[in-house]
Order: sequence, then C-alpha cells, then structure tokens
Amino acid sequence: MLKLPIYLDNNATTPMDPRVLEAMTPYFLEHYGNAASRNHPFGWEAEEAVDYAREQVAKLIGADPKEIIFTSGATEGDNLGIKGIYEMYASKGNHIITATTEHKAVLDTCKHIEKSGGEVTYLQVQPDGLIDLKELEAAIKPTTILIAIMYANNEIGVVMPIKEISAIARKHGVLLFTDGTQAVGKIPVDVNKDGIDLMAFTAHKMYGPKGVGALYVRRKNPRVKVTAQIDGGGHERGMRSGTLNVPGIVGFGKACEICMLDMEEDTKRISKMRDYLETELLKLEEAYVNGSREHRLPHVANISFKHVEGEGLLMGFNKNIALSSGSACTSASLEPSYVLKALGLGDDLAHSSLRFGLGRFTTDEQIEYTIKAISETVLKLREMSPLWEMYKEGIDLSTIEWAAH
Amino acid sequence: MAYSEKVIDHYQNPKNVGTLDKSAKNVGTGLVGAPECGDVMRLQIEVDDATGMITDAKFKTFGCGSAIASSSLATEWLKGKSVDEALKIDNMDIVEELNLPPVKIHCSVLAEDAIKSAINDYRVKNGLEEIKFEESVVH
Repeated sequence: MLKLPIYLDNNATTPMDPRVLEAMTPYFLEHYGNAASRNHPFGWEAEEAVDYAREQVAKLIGADPKEIIFTSGATEGDNLGIKGIYEMYASKGNHIITATTEHKAVLDTCKHIEKSGGEVTYLQVQPDGLIDLKELEAAIKPTTILIAIMYANNEIGVVMPIKEISAIARKHGVLLFTDGTQAVGKIPVDVNKDGIDLMAFTAHKMYGPKGVGALYVRRKNPRVKVTAQIDGGGHERGMRSGTLNVPGIVGFGKACEICMLDMEEDTKRISKMRDYLETELLKLEEAYVNGSREHRLPHVANISFKHVEGEGLLMGFNKNIALSSGSACTSASLEPSYVLKALGLGDDLAHSSLRFGLGRFTTDEQIEYTIKAISETVLKLREMSPLWEMYKEGIDLSTIEWAAH
Repeated sequence: MAYSEKVIDHYQNPKNVGTLDKSAKNVGTGLVGAPECGDVMRLQIEVDDATGMITDAKFKTFGCGSAIASSSLATEWLKGKSVDEALKIDNMDIVEELNLPPVKIHCSVLAEDAIKSAINDYRVKNGLEEIKFEESVVH
C-alpha cells in the first residue's frame, strides 16, 4: 500500500525508529535521575544507562567508550572538535585545512577561528565533489595542526577518501577531524581502520532523537585533547559540561545498535531503490547526477533537471513528497547551493537540482510514485520553460545577454 | 514556506502558456531575468494596430511557483487592455493579488519588467520611441 506523504529528505533528519522511542521512554518517566547524582539509585540508574549507551555508540565506530563525548548534536561536535583543537594545540601552530563543500557548522567555525587569528586553507573540490589528495598534502605547512574533512557530504552524498586523507595527516603529524554526520550508521565507519582522531556525529540522522550527538576524541596513538567550549560541572571528563541528556543518550545508543545490526540489509534494500530511482529519472532528457556516483552514500542521489527551476519543480508534488532542492528560492539568500557551485556547476544547474535522501522506512511503492510525479512535473514545467524552448531550437543559452538581476 | 491559494492555482492551471510569432510586427516580446538567478520570464503581447488594444498575451517562465504565477497573472491582466493601460500595471498590484511574501517580491518585479520590455519591443518595431523606465528597486 502506498503511504503518503513520502519522506525523501533523510539527509535533513530521519524519523525515529519506534524501537528507539521504546528504549527512551522509561528514562523520562521512571529513571529520571541525573547521571551525575552519585548518592542515590536514581543517579546510579541514569549513570548505568549512559555507560551502556556509550558502549553502543563506541561499538558502531570501533572506538573505546572512554573516547565518546556526548554533545547536543553534530554542530556542537564540529565546534568543540575544531575550536577545541585550535585552542589546545595553539603552541604547535594555528593552521587548519578544510574544504569548500563542508557543512556550515565546520565552515563558520573555521571563519570564527580566522577572526581570532588562525589561518585556514579551504581546498577546492574536483567536479566529482572529492578533494585532490595531492593538493591536500601540498597545503600542509609546519604550522598545520588539523585537517577537517567531512566523511560524506550532506548535499551530494559523496564519500571522501578518509583512509588516504588520514595517511597523509599521520605522515605529517597533523590531526584529522571528520564530520561523520551523514556517514555514521549508514556505511561502515571505523575510527581505527580509518585513522580518524576526532569525529562529530549525531543521533537524529540515524533514526535516533534530535538534540543529542557525540564527539569521538582519540585517547591512544596519539592521545588527543580538546579545550572545553562549555564550562561548568566538568562532565564528560571535563570536555563538555552540562547535565547529560539521559533519555536522548539512551536513544542514541539504541539507534547505533540498530544501525550496526541492520546496516548490511538496510544498505542492500535502500541502494537498490536509490539506483532504480536514479535510472528511471535519468531517462528524462538533460538530467544529470551531481557528484561522484562511485564514491557515494547508498541512500543519496542529487540530480539536476536542466531548464526547470528546483523550487518550481518541488511545488508540483511537495504536498505528497518531501524533498530538498539546491535552488536559491528555497533559501532567503537567493544564492544557490554553494556545494553544487563548488563542483563547478553553473548556477543554472544548481538551481535545477533535487536532493533525494532515502531511508529505512522508504518503500518501493513510494519510489514508483516519486518517479512518476517528478517525471510528469519536469515535462510539464519544460513545456512552460522559455529556456527549454530555446534549447530545443538549438540556441546556445550562453550566447544570450541576460539582463542579470 | 506555504504558498497562497492563488499562487497554487496559477501554478497548477497556468493561463496563456505559449509562444507568439516574435518576428510579427504586431507582437512585442520581453525576455527578462537570467538562468543564473533562477528566474527567466518571456512575455509576449499581440497588439491590434488599429485600436492599440492587446488582443493576446502569452508567457513562458523558468522559475519558482511565484514567478510562474506572476507571469500567468500578468498575461491575464494584459489581455483586453490598451498598451497605455498596460504600462500602468505595477508590481505591487501583483504582490497584492497573489499574496506574495517579501522574499518573492522580486518575482512580481520581474513580471512588471517583462511587460515593459514587451511593450518597448512592440514600440521599437513600429517606429515608436523606446520608453525609458526607472530602474526597478527590488532585485
């Protein structure tokens, strides 16, 4: 049975898995203690639950539980990881290397660091969305303390060559921070095999609750330390003060456990749907996949439909299908996606893009419906598009002098 | 952002989508906007030379729902108006009619620009002087 509306914006957030909610409920109602209360059973229960969740989270990424710092989410993890290293390692240097397609939580953190006297190199990406490893290595200087490159991109789903990046970082004695938000729980991530020193990630992208995440901080080979950004009661080994969000952490742990158990099967099923969706949509004329198709998350596709505008396209079906677009019109800024522009896409193609994020609860029927609805809307809007008419008449649109606004 | 009923109606049932013969002497064509900005409107008017009345209007638009609705509405308003009356169509009339939010006002500005541009094209073709308009404020 077809279930409407269809949610295909799983890169923005995922629905909670009912099993996660079930695990959390008692920690709101019965075991509501503060995990830092050492003198009564309420506190002990809460602490025990947090310890167990910490193990579940650590296990998913091959870490030691002591290396997990609970945060409010990935944005906080990005801030703590990057600013925390910048401050802790100030005596070693002040240079950070990142890339132009990082999430705003990383880019704006880096801008903040620049304002306070740090130096940041922003690597360009190649047309497939991946960084050039030679450029990365060439950017390393004696003052470089950190490389901050995301595991997988939120808009186009491309997966960075993290192992190769960490090998370069190790070779030069530089730490590697990665924003694992989109990757953890979806593809195998192992901090030791991948050589990651710090990694931020969050529960709500993996069927857990919003408002809880973690920063992985390596304790051995090398031992990494970050300067706290929130001061207070010295929770989380002094790196992140604040009363622990016990129900959230319990849910995060459960979500990690489920991801670990179901990953193989979920991936097989979801990637099959994604590939089918993509194959069918690419049957439309002038439709292009943005970013590498080879190095990509199994549940993501970003496609541009030339000569139709993304928001106009969404309007054709957004009552029934939840999707996101790289079009300027979806944001107040009127600027199209900076990630798509970084791939070298013209603004016109960036405006024409849709991002599909499939998930655990996506069904074959929903994908069939989506293919039909999008194909019909693209055809309808092209009939209405002056650019499509010109294209069909063989006019080279780049030769027209547009009255730019 | 939620769209107004009127925007949704124009988007779902756009009025006067199509193409007039741009080489015809009594047809004026305005092409405004740019693909990089995410909006391109082409608006055309067909004028009865004897009466100066707009007998037909067509549009094609690349853009969001509000841009499509603005141009669809503009063609509806143009039909049956004289060229002089058409010049009086103000973008704020479109904003009001479609309940456009502030972030979409540029769509109405584009529609007004398209009308003026089509009228000037018609005037130039018929040996009349091009009208100079003040630069639109919102872009």
